[in-house]
Amino acid sequence: MLQPIDISLEKALEKKPYFKYLRIDKMPHIWCPGCGNGQVLKAICIALDKLGIDNNDVSMVSGIGCSSRTPGYFDGYTLHTTHGRALAFATGVKLARPELTVIVTTGDGDCTAIGGNHFIHACRRNIDITVLLFNNWIYGMTGGQVSPTTPSGSYATTTPYGNYEPNFSIADLAIGAGATFVARGTAYHVTELVNLVEAGIKHKGFSLIEVLTPCTIQYGRKNKMGIVDMYMWLKENTIPLKAWEKLPEEKRQGKLPRGILHHVDNREEYTEKYYSVVEKVMGGNK
Amino acid sequence: MAKLELKYGNHACAEAAIIAGCRFYAGYPITPSSEVAEKMAELLPKVGGAFIQMEDEIASMGCAIGGAFAGKKSMTATSGPGFSLKQENIGYAVMSEAPVVIVNVQRGGPSTGLPTQVGQQDIMQTQWGTHGDKLIPAFCPASVEEVMEETIRAFNWAEVLRTPVVLLMDEVIGHMKESVDMDKFKNPEIWNRKKPKVPPEEYLAYKPEEDDVPALADFGDGYRYHVTGLMHDYTGFPTTNPVMCQELVERLIRKVKRRAKELEKNEEFMLDDAEFAIVAFGSTARSAKLAVKLAREKGIKVGLFRPITLWPSPEETLYRLAGKVKAILVPELNMGQYVLEVERCTKGQCPIFRMNRANGQMIYPFEILEKIEEIASGKIVIPVSKA
Ligand SMILES: Cc1ncc(C[n+]2csc(CCOP(=O)(O)OP(=O)(O)O)c2C)c(N)n1
Ligand code: SF4
Repeated sequence: MLQPIDISLEKALEKKPYFKYLRIDKMPHIWCPGCGNGQVLKAICIALDKLGIDNNDVSMVSGIGCSSRTPGYFDGYTLHTTHGRALAFATGVKLARPELTVIVTTGDGDCTAIGGNHFIHACRRNIDITVLLFNNWIYGMTGGQVSPTTPSGSYATTTPYGNYEPNFSIADLAIGAGATFVARGTAYHVTELVNLVEAGIKHKGFSLIEVLTPCTIQYGRKNKMGIVDMYMWLKENTIPLKAWEKLPEEKRQGKLPRGILHHVDNREEYTEKYYSVVEKVMGGNK
Repeated sequence: MAKLELKYGNHACAEAAIIAGCRFYAGYPITPSSEVAEKMAELLPKVGGAFIQMEDEIASMGCAIGGAFAGKKSMTATSGPGFSLKQENIGYAVMSEAPVVIVNVQRGGPSTGLPTQVGQQDIMQTQWGTHGDKLIPAFCPASVEEVMEETIRAFNWAEVLRTPVVLLMDEVIGHMKESVDMDKFKNPEIWNRKKPKVPPEEYLAYKPEEDDVPALADFGDGYRYHVTGLMHDYTGFPTTNPVMCQELVERLIRKVKRRAKELEKNEEFMLDDAEFAIVAFGSTARSAKLAVKLAREKGIKVGLFRPITLWPSPEETLYRLAGKVKAILVPELNMGQYVLEVERCTKGQCPIFRMNRANGQMIYPFEILEKIEEIASGKIVIPVSKA
């Protein structure tokens, strides 16, 4: 029989200081074997540790879905809200308490289907929230229905004959809506993902980090891809931005660039702008 | 001498919110509630508070809840269709115990209905709109001065009970101008949420205290905890333990119900010797009051019972009233909503007559008077609701 390994928390923290952001007592988590969600949480924790941000200064907000269960394992002020509405709640937290680092964890369905309206408006406002959008191309939690990012031809429980809908390019959508920081990473390239999260948090304004992460169970099963196949797909079909830019058009087909895709740092952040108005109205005696 | 100021109903609501300590507003414009938002946009920056016009009502409700957890007294205002959109997140506020005030300036419906005209068609939506079992307090003012009183009372109870409270106005009350005695609002009683008395390591965000209400720490104050709309245990983390789930739902209802006597607020007008009673609220109660005076001049002994707290219902008071009078008339600007509650509470002790209208027009005093005359003279024998 397997014996639990008895390592004290102090020992673990020495080796992995980012463990301090985890609610260890809530483990094991609910995610399936091979699911990429744990990798994204790990990347967030390491990034926060590298930036030296204290637990007491972070609020993590999510909607509903497998990816939206992330805040439960994160030791901060955590808000697991209604399906699609994470950005609305997070806007409230950030506007009421601008000194907090606010991170949103959301799924492709949560953020771009039911939450699409909130998403484009958060991009437009340029409010200082860092969004980790776990794009697994499917509705994981509800059993594998089609999502706005399900690739054409892929199978989902509601597209038994293959997906016939065109899908969103989330990064383009965000850029079009006015997001000032847009990046793409994957659950396979975790070190790179850490850097993207770090840059996203440091960016003063709205940051979107799309993370391609495998839903090994719902998507994998429906599309006859094993756990290894899915991570290999990420490895082989995503390309660092620099290399991507040099690729001729015909070689780009079916592949996606990784890295910081869009970064504008001369637009005013929403809460700063709002409170500067407040100060003016109050005549500087705030 | 009283300090009288002429005020517009919706503006009075916003001014009173500021007095109550509201420092966060998130909303989406809709007639006939928009002037609440407009006034909040003007007033909040003056006191260092936050105002945001969100992309829709769903977002506004969520944003207001976010503001509440981040420590601000928080409000949103809307009308019919917007109130419908907010329902899912109102349920979230019940479950997560977020103190937040929702103003609903009612208009006619269903759907976009009558945007600029009066209705009282959200009586049941206020209580039953969001899914699941709950008890949401709702206050219903009938004058501009009362709008101010009830707005402050709504904030006070939202904070003390850690629950959403609905301020249920109607278009006529929201859009009329009346003089208000501002001296009354100089130093009103203000209640605030309970903060934890234990250090962060010992804090359980959902462990009720003696009054069934858990202490609430603000995000950012070092008390890290988890909030979810799922059934949860004392720590706030999801549970499916049947005992915990049952206990939670029962407590959420009980924490409001046990304060029902303190929450109850009614106006009684000429009821002492009344043989007949009119039960009416909001703008309809104003017509009813005049009808009572006119009927008295004609020698008909009728009085008015006006519930100001609509939910929880004044069950016992209505029951006692029905035991004293020969009949009750319930005029309301819908096809018969509150009358159901009156029937439920009075348990068949006297006939209940209804008077309903849903066309955007007021029920006028002479119409109520006519009905009362008919009832008093025994012309209508079968209560309309049973016919
Ligand atoms: C209003 C509402 N509609 C539908 C649902 C059911 N639901 C829960 S999660 C989910 C989809 C989640 O998909 P995604 O956001 O892609 O997250 P994943 O589970 O794949 O991480 C749906 C439709 C809900 N909870 N609330
Ligand atoms: S269903 Fe998919 S997304 Fe959800 S935990 Fe399992 S693998 Fe992950």
